[in-house]
Amino acid sequence: MTRTATISLTVNAELVTATVPVRQNLVDFLRHDLGLTGSHVGCEHGVCGACTLRVDGRTVRSCLMLAVQADGCQITTVEGLADQGLSHALQAAFTRRNALQCGFCTPGMLASALSYIDAGGDADRDAIRAHLSGNYCRCTGYQSIVDAICDTIQESRP
Amino acid sequence: MKAPDFDYQRPQTLDAALALLAAAGADAMPLAGGQSLMPMMNFRVANPGLLVDLADVDALRGITRTADSIRIGAMTSYAELDASADVQQAVPLFGLALPHIAHDAIRNRGTIGGSLALADPAAEMPALALALDAKLEITGPDGTRQIAADDFFQGYYDTALATGELIVAIHIKVMTPDQSCGFQELTQRHGDYALAGAAVMRTRSSHRVAFFGVADRAVRVVALEQALNDGIPVADALTHLSTIDFTNDQKASAPTRQRLAGVALTRALKGMIP
Repeated sequence: MTRTATISLTVNAELVTATVPVRQNLVDFLRHDLGLTGSHVGCEHGVCGACTLRVDGRTVRSCLMLAVQADGCQITTVEGLADQGLSHALQAAFTRRNALQCGFCTPGMLASALSYIDAGGDADRDAIRAHLSGNYCRCTGYQSIVDAICDTIQESRP
Repeated sequence: MKAPDFDYQRPQTLDAALALLAAAGADAMPLAGGQSLMPMMNFRVANPGLLVDLADVDALRGITRTADSIRIGAMTSYAELDASADVQQAVPLFGLALPHIAHDAIRNRGTIGGSLALADPAAEMPALALALDAKLEITGPDGTRQIAADDFFQGYYDTALATGELIVAIHIKVMTPDQSCGFQELTQRHGDYALAGAAVMRTRSSHRVAFFGVADRAVRVVALEQALNDGIPVADALTHLSTIDFTNDQKASAPTRQRLAGVALTRALKGMIP
């Protein structure tokens, strides 16, 4: 018998209460139960970065967190990032710079890039690459992704 | 893959956590940040019948600094270590090492106690504990004890922790003006597990050097430390690396790892701070 637990959490500013199997990963709960398929599932062991999202304002691998652990937390997925501050500018820069090809890594890339920008990171290609080293782009679009992040930083600061 | 079914408890106190662990015995595993345990469960390498989530246990949190030492709760995340002015000032070696530990998203969840208890041979934290001569505060069914990092790591993912015991905190001496520290690791990509790494604490002419990613556990090489203490040139002191039983796997052969361990130590010694 699958063990379950009831959790209450805030997802993209909406309060959600649900009963989940305790073995369910946060990303699977978001995708399968809430239909928020923006967060992608790649490796399921915390290496590829495709499922990166925000929990209580900090980036987290949602394949390395159980839904039950997110009880009481505030979750922001790529769907919720869409209308927040610099995220819009970053997404526009991704489009302009052709920084998404197949798009599979993009939600995780955006979440990681935003944590870099929010932390006051500079438009320094090496530092950006180091920060993004936990996010894989199998189209190998890294140059364009770094271009887009640099653009966003340069445009957002005087 | 995804983890098989298990039971999950989230106790509010240390006593409740210990009672749950004691009742379930070897079938239970404590869950700290989950940044290693979750992948192991998803791979089905770890298969606990009960997960005891320590997230709400306040007794495992908090950073307390006294004049000459600092106590860091086991559930302190890498991100919290990085953000703590007390930690940065008291243990500059952490400041050197933290940026190398995985990635932002992992550092936000991964904990100091979880890393020590797991004792991954390629992880940074066990080697840092060895170089810093840290003391681990452990509690369990038979009470609380302290153990030196030197006596804690006993083999491949093997430690002195008995079933039902938890690391409560780590105690580290505050760095003094006559000390300096260095850190270096070599990886294929930034944030990967180290192929070889070295953490160094120097007190006047005395060295503590711990290597990670090279053998079945984080290791010190006392003869190498002695050679450095005696002022023997680093390149010559490196001959003592041959006493390590180097890991030989698909990522790097044993001779490569020995070479990289030497490079890591040489660079760590060149970059000593302050």
